[in-house]
Amino acid sequence: MLRLQARKVILVLLVLVFGCGLAVPNLFSPETRKAIEQGAPAWIPRFLLPIHAMTLGLDLQGGSHVLLEIDRADLIRSQVTQLRDDVRRILREERVGLQGGIGLTPRGVQLRVPDAADRAKLMPKFRELAQPIGTFGAFGPSGNQSIEVTENPEGLIQLNVTEAGANERIRRAVEQAMEVLRRRVDALGTTEPNIQRQGLDRILVQVPGLQDPQRLKQILGETAKLQFRMVADANAGDVDMLPSQDQGGQPIPISRQVIVEGEDLIDAQPAFDQRTSQPIVNFRFNIRGAQRFGQATTENLGRQLAIVLDNKVISAPVIQSPITGGSGQISGNFTVEAVNNLAILLRAGALPAKMTIVEERTVGPGLGQDSIQAGKMATVIATVLVILYMIGNYGLFGFIASIALLVHVCLILGLMSLLGATMTLPGIAGIVLTIGTAVDSNVLIYERMREESRLGRSLVSALEAGFTRAFATIIDSNVTMLIAAVALFALGSGPVRGFAVVFILGILTTVITAVTLTRMLIALWYRWARPKALPF
Amino acid sequence: MRLLRIVPDNTKFRIVHWRRLAYPFSAAYSVLVLVLFLTVGLNFGIDFRGGTLMEMQAKSGKPDIAQVRQTANSFGFGEVEVQEFGSAGDLSMRFALQPGGEIAQQAVVTKAREAFSANYEFRRVETVGPRVSGELVQAGTLGVVLAIIGVLIYLWFRFEMQLAIGAIVGTMHDIVLTMGFFLITQLEFNLTSIAAILTIVGYSLNETVVVFDRTRELLRRYKTMPIPELLDLSVNSTLSRTAITSTTTILALVALVFFGGTAIEGFALVMLFGVMVCTYSAMFISTPVLLYLDVRAGRLDQSEELAEAKARV
Repeated sequence: MLRLQARKVILVLLVLVFGCGLAVPNLFSPETRKAIEQGAPAWIPRFLLPIHAMTLGLDLQGGSHVLLEIDRADLIRSQVTQLRDDVRRILREERVGLQGGIGLTPRGVQLRVPDAADRAKLMPKFRELAQPIGTFGAFGPSGNQSIEVTENPEGLIQLNVTEAGANERIRRAVEQAMEVLRRRVDALGTTEPNIQRQGLDRILVQVPGLQDPQRLKQILGETAKLQFRMVADANAGDVDMLPSQDQGGQPIPISRQVIVEGEDLIDAQPAFDQRTSQPIVNFRFNIRGAQRFGQATTENLGRQLAIVLDNKVISAPVIQSPITGGSGQISGNFTVEAVNNLAILLRAGALPAKMTIVEERTVGPGLGQDSIQAGKMATVIATVLVILYMIGNYGLFGFIASIALLVHVCLILGLMSLLGATMTLPGIAGIVLTIGTAVDSNVLIYERMREESRLGRSLVSALEAGFTRAFATIIDSNVTMLIAAVALFALGSGPVRGFAVVFILGILTTVITAVTLTRMLIALWYRWARPKALPF
Repeated sequence: MRLLRIVPDNTKFRIVHWRRLAYPFSAAYSVLVLVLFLTVGLNFGIDFRGGTLMEMQAKSGKPDIAQVRQTANSFGFGEVEVQEFGSAGDLSMRFALQPGGEIAQQAVVTKAREAFSANYEFRRVETVGPRVSGELVQAGTLGVVLAIIGVLIYLWFRFEMQLAIGAIVGTMHDIVLTMGFFLITQLEFNLTSIAAILTIVGYSLNETVVVFDRTRELLRRYKTMPIPELLDLSVNSTLSRTAITSTTTILALVALVFFGGTAIEGFALVMLFGVMVCTYSAMFISTPVLLYLDVRAGRLDQSEELAEAKARV
């Protein structure tokens, strides 16, 4: 056991030096790392370059963490509305009249068609509306349909959105929303925002180093659905009463027919009105939008055109002359900030459904910096205390344990850098904690050596027995810790997960450093000093 | 240089005997925990209760708590807890969960920022809506339960069932006592607290496993030794290790309490308490439990004995 094989020693040292070397890039600035990456010859594999560093969590570098949830009810409502439009179109195409119109239910539509021949004509068309849900299992399509169509002998036909259909719609909407949110956050000009899906219906947006999260939230939370519609008579059919912003929230009648929507915009920029010097947004339509807008303004000369944003009328100017150039402006009682935000929102496009902020966590950059300082301080002091105590107890062997401890901390940092893991404040706490617990393996080994030596074994035999006998205990005690740490990782979120990562890596590396490195160092000492008794 | 010797060699403490003191004590404490849990309750943080937490630092260095409290209470968002904490004149404000779902919480943040951003720097703003907080409670509880089940299975494989039960009893005991710490100090109970509890679960098992590992070994070596004596021997022969490891862990945690900053202080305090409890329970709770379980009846396979015999050759 105490024999040293030169090859093995070199291998272990190489692994440890490489492992600790992985932590070095954290000392460089991001710019230096980038320069190294670009400057290095192409034949060197990327993982060998000193460019992988830990990311700092938002709680350390400051920033905002915003969790948004898509409004499920809102999405299903729009799905049902679309279903009604489809049904109406089919009825028109098939020339079937109805008794009593199309009824809306929370999950679908229903209609009464008493004539069996009509129903026979309609049902296949309705069934075509249903789409298979695109999850293909091992045995072909899962067989789920987006819509369920039923009829009963009395002539009642029901079309309902299925659970799978609703989920599929939510899944697609979240994907779409992520794109839109990404464009919006990018427009704020922040560095490295992180946008990811969480569960079925949530999106997590993390933006580091933001001074004013208020603005971020304003931009994230708005649906930004822009529509151009005509102001109608209050008693005409197909009218919505929408609150009007320039008339103090008073509702005005707006035609349900949409002339052009926000998706036909290709650009929107904040500007100032040349006559009134009021902040406004200038926009341009694509060809389709320009045509429709030109046609509508030509036909409705002298009437009021309503600019509707998220079901609120921003302004309703009178059409003075046909606008055929495909560009226009939105004015209202805007502040400069509101105009800037609106331009960003219009350029990024509308969210497919309403989204609400369900969780927000913002840490100012000052607090993050303080936390890092405090964490470093605690780490250094804990290390010094533990090293002093270990040397006080075990003398030279305590010194060896201290070397193993330092290598252990470096290895954790190195592995975290290689994995690109995130260091959080609880993560720092985890490091400090492992400084206390990592020496446990050494303590187990040393105490066993002492015991065996008391039982009258020779020094070599006691040293060996210390390692072999303590090994099972080290494994058992660390595996139980590991199980708890893995549970923490699996269920924790954000910062807590950072703690779990440190804890898991700490448990893995302590086995390596305490057993392998300690054994090697003790073997070296034995060779060099040829001692007769344990030094403690 | 004379080295420290925390625990003298060949101690002969009658550890299991002490259960006559430890068991009533822990039982009484557990009852107290239950009573406190039902009457006072945990001081849930916004992670579990929902609501808004803000930490601000006065730009002048001198916060005016009375004024902040008065202004915050005038918003009409219910009673606001305003507290000073740390040393640099930081203030924390806690707003309860507002009725009206997710959107209502955002109004609190907007209002507070408007009112205080002139004189205070916002160092931390956290808002948790009702749905998220409910899920966090579930995930936290599930984590602790899953960890215990996972460990039970592992211990069952590696040790005998009796030892696994002893270890789990100790762990439950440590969780209860740690909850007691939260109840008595009214320290905020949040996501980090769950992390602390899971870490304590890990540490508690670690402590117990080291003793039980020795118990298992002694069971094989001394087939006729009376169980109380054997258990005493297990604890005594690992006592020095227990003392030293607990001390290093406590040293590290003390550094964290005093220098780790206010954000991590709560976590460190709980861990500190937990580590002491774990050390106590491994010796005085889990080990004596084995007296009541027939540990010799456990499976001691021929193959295991053979392996042991071989290892000794």
